[in-house]
Amino acid sequence: MTDLLTLDLDRDAEGFLQQPEQWNREIGIAIARECGIAEMTARHWQVCEFMRNTYLANGAAPSIRTLGKESGVTVKELYQLFPKGPAKLAAKIGGIPKPHGCI
Amino acid sequence: MKRIVILGAGTAGTIMANRLQRLYKRQVATGDVAITVVDQDDRHIYQPGLLMLPFGMYEPEDLVRPRQRQVSDAVEYIQAGIDRVDAATDTVRLDDGRTLSYDVCIVATGTQVAPEETEGLLGPGWRKNAFDFYTLEGATALRDALRDFEGGRLVINIVEMPIKCPVAPLEFAFLADWYFTQRGIRDKVEIAYATPLDGAFTKPMASRELGHLLEEKGVQMVTEFNAGSVDTEAGILRSWDEREERFDLLVTIPLHKGADFVGRSPGLGDGMGFVLTDPHTLQAKVKANVFAIGDATNVPASKAGSVAHFQAEVLTGNVQRLLRGEALDPGFDGHANCFIETGFGKALLIDFNYETEPLPGRFPLPGVGPMPLLKESRLNHLGKLAFRWAYWNVLLPGHDIPGISAQLSLKGKVLPATLTAAH
Ligand SMILES: Cc1cc2nc3c(=O)[nH]c(=O)nc-3n(C[C@H](O)[C@H](O)[C@H](O)COP(=O)(O)OP(=O)(O)OC[C@H]3O[C@@H](n4cnc5c(N)ncnc54)[C@H](O)[C@@H]3O)c2cc1C
Repeated sequence: MTDLLTLDLDRDAEGFLQQPEQWNREIGIAIARECGIAEMTARHWQVCEFMRNTYLANGAAPSIRTLGKESGVTVKELYQLFPKGPAKLAAKIGGIPKPHGCI
Repeated sequence: MKRIVILGAGTAGTIMANRLQRLYKRQVATGDVAITVVDQDDRHIYQPGLLMLPFGMYEPEDLVRPRQRQVSDAVEYIQAGIDRVDAATDTVRLDDGRTLSYDVCIVATGTQVAPEETEGLLGPGWRKNAFDFYTLEGATALRDALRDFEGGRLVINIVEMPIKCPVAPLEFAFLADWYFTQRGIRDKVEIAYATPLDGAFTKPMASRELGHLLEEKGVQMVTEFNAGSVDTEAGILRSWDEREERFDLLVTIPLHKGADFVGRSPGLGDGMGFVLTDPHTLQAKVKANVFAIGDATNVPASKAGSVAHFQAEVLTGNVQRLLRGEALDPGFDGHANCFIETGFGKALLIDFNYETEPLPGRFPLPGVGPMPLLKESRLNHLGKLAFRWAYWNVLLPGHDIPGISAQLSLKGKVLPATLTAAH
């Protein structure tokens, strides 16, 4: 099991990775556990990977609405998978910086 | 002949048309350059005024002018809907079947609100107990409802970011507090501010400052609230994670999306219809000779008129560079500059960009100001009121504002390290 503390990761105060290239799936699983998600199912990964890939392609993380429209998981299910904050949690687990909801 | 086609004659499209016309004055006269702008209607609305209209500070007719008259006569103006951009063939198709070909296309079609995207919002209570104020019709209907409001719970809700002028909903809360105080019924009105963000604003220092102000004014803040549905008959706003906010009057800032034609244009936009755009050069991802500016882009800057103004300076240079075959200037830094009305004749001013959050200090002259940053003052309020004159007479004609450059200046700002040292 990956122990986040033994790795030299660049994370902000809330635990978001600042350098997406430091990420791998094992780290994602460990962050998920930190956030209270004991098991990462295929549905969880579908969302986290969509989040990460969109960020890497566009430089901006998708919003909840875009996730609901394009990730193949409805907004309702997003909240079941990631209670409280789907966009934030999926970004954290997917190893990208905190989405700012653009300003 | 080089053809420049600008889509949209709102804030950004008008500024670009006038700047490019000035740059290519001679070439336009000789017919070597042709500039065309397209918009669907002839009603240019001063949108910042929509914030004040519900409180009776402006009348609808104070905010509207004909669009075409804001654009130089040397620019061809076409009033028509845009159907799609076909970047592969360098053409734009209009709703009336006409096709325009271009050497450079600039997308400046802004954003539109989509209340239909929230379940129940357009139900029986729409514009009876649930209102938007981002449209002239919504703001006017809300004015009448506020006039008749004798007390109860007012909920202000941002459905989802991004929205244009991200501080306008906060300003609405501040002005509502002032308005009900003046009417002598503030003690009968509960004001709540429900936001999907985890604070009052996206940037930490301004978020703290604005959060304090909300508290001072007795506005309840509900954070990380993602609106899922509305029941206007029962007066309940529900979040996706099943929290409920009861309201007598709901002021919603609906979901924002780009213009519909963006979705019909292959490769142009993201899922919400915002144009995929380089954040520094403003070149669209779809093709080298397409650019985007203003609210229409997906760049992580504020969607504000001041931003369109700063972008226009960089974009004008880049259009010229592209036509000359030169490398583009990555000069846009996300610079935004906003007055925030805080009620009781005061306002706050913030100045920031992609990298630097709003900081306290003085603007535009270091130490002198005269305008204080991130702090309430009467002068800032006068600045906000003067903005309406400046909008029509300085901004839209595409003039520079003396002393304020496209790029953020750190002069006069107190940096966080100095702040902590001073405390
Ligand atoms: C309540 C409120 C308060 C605000 N306060 C401030 C403030 O204090 N300071 C500030 O700087 N900014 C403020 N703003 C934001 C500012 O008004 C906008 O950011 C700015 O107008 C954006 O300019 P734009 O050209 O990108 O879009 P717009 O000005 O909206 O123009 C888009 C144009 O495209 C046209 N169009 C769209 N689709 C089509 C189509 N298919 N065919 C043809 N034409 C089309 C539209 O008719 C429109 O004219 C505020 C906005 C609101 C709503």
